[in-house]
Amino acid sequence: MRTINSNQIQQAIKALFIEANYFLSEDVLNRLRKYEQIEASEIGKEMLCKIVENAELAANQKVAICQDTGMSVVFVELGQEVHIEGINITDAINEGVRQAYKDGYLRKSVVMDPLNRVNTNDNTPAVIHYDIVAGDNIKIQAMPKGFGSENMSAIKMLKPSDGVEGIIDFVVETVQKAGANPCPPIIVGIGIGGTMEKAAILSKKSLLRSLDEKNNNPYYTDLENMLLTRINNLGIGPQGLGGITTALAVKIESYPTHMAGLPVAVNITCHASRHKEIVL
Amino acid sequence: MYKKINTPLSSEVVKSLKVGEQLLISGTIYSARDAAHKRMLEDLDKDGKMPIDVNGQIIYYAGPCPPKPGSVSGPYGPTTSGRMDKYSPRLIEEGLMGMMGKGDRADAVIESMIKNKSVYLAVIGGLGAYTSTLIKSLEVIAYDELGAEALIKIEVEDFPAIVAIDCEGNNLYRTEPDKYKNKFDINMINR
Repeated sequence: MRTINSNQIQQAIKALFIEANYFLSEDVLNRLRKYEQIEASEIGKEMLCKIVENAELAANQKVAICQDTGMSVVFVELGQEVHIEGINITDAINEGVRQAYKDGYLRKSVVMDPLNRVNTNDNTPAVIHYDIVAGDNIKIQAMPKGFGSENMSAIKMLKPSDGVEGIIDFVVETVQKAGANPCPPIIVGIGIGGTMEKAAILSKKSLLRSLDEKNNNPYYTDLENMLLTRINNLGIGPQGLGGITTALAVKIESYPTHMAGLPVAVNITCHASRHKEIVL
Repeated sequence: MYKKINTPLSSEVVKSLKVGEQLLISGTIYSARDAAHKRMLEDLDKDGKMPIDVNGQIIYYAGPCPPKPGSVSGPYGPTTSGRMDKYSPRLIEEGLMGMMGKGDRADAVIESMIKNKSVYLAVIGGLGAYTSTLIKSLEVIAYDELGAEALIKIEVEDFPAIVAIDCEGNNLYRTEPDKYKNKFDINMINR
């Protein structure tokens, strides 16, 4: 048994959300630079250049890359050999979010009731996904998720007979429908299998993978490449004003499913794809 | 290649703006998101007026981060304009001449733009940090309790935007993507 104080978790969460909002990771920056070289639209090229410059400015001045500093999504892998002392872990995470958004000058974008819509003024509560795993560590992944792209995400319960063609059609249709709204270039996260909510969580989790990391299943690597090709041939381009840079990457995660089903979820994130992690 | 314009706009200026033109805007603009739009129209229904006279004005669909000490504004990029589609035709009828945000607009908004001579400008989404450097002053005009969704008056200098839909209804979102269909090959990035 290893003891970790809740204060350590709170501090980690605060630091992760501030860092994620200020510093765009190298894998995303490298992709943006790559696409800037190959983009066929002149105005598209210029926009990609400005996106990179903006990320550099944010990092230098230590301000948020984008004003939509997101709803705070947290993935926790809690080792079952860990004992947490202090306050309850969920409260510690929310306190960390509260401090990050206040002290980091991040926008408070969360409303308490989806219909009544009064701002909570501290960006809490976070959306937290817990996994109990072996070991005596806690892995925390923080993802400020902007809603321009979240709003364009979709889920569909396909029939097994729809097969991979059904998945391709649904993904391409979702990106086409999203058009300029999710701030292309986007990253497309796809969850295939499980149940309805499992597919949705997988699609979000896939967005936490580095863009440089290959899928460890070659079949899905091929499908990711094929979908990226289909998506970038739609012509949507940077900001929907035409071009070949509609998506920087497609990421797939899968899970066993019921013999009667083929759930598929598409979670889109914008070019400001922000996530940071730590292992305590 | 950039055309400089000042606010408030006149009908002549609006009519002169052609789709695809890149602009640098200076002067006062107002920013409002969904909640402020809803409140403005509720005020108009109830009191016959809104907290601002929209005649000739530009509304920027955005809500900023709080400013760090010593700076005028926090990051201040555009939000998705489509969420304001429900409210825009009414504001255009009240004299609103410009809207600024990201993404395509509904047909009903475009029809109202053509009829009343109004223009829609695209701002690059996600350039929050850069955009904040162009804001010279910032003042909450109404609905302070909405936080980041308040109605805000800002002064900008050389604020870049692209004429995405002009007052004749020419629309980049609907004409440009076709030109770039089937021009991508995966080897372009895997090389």
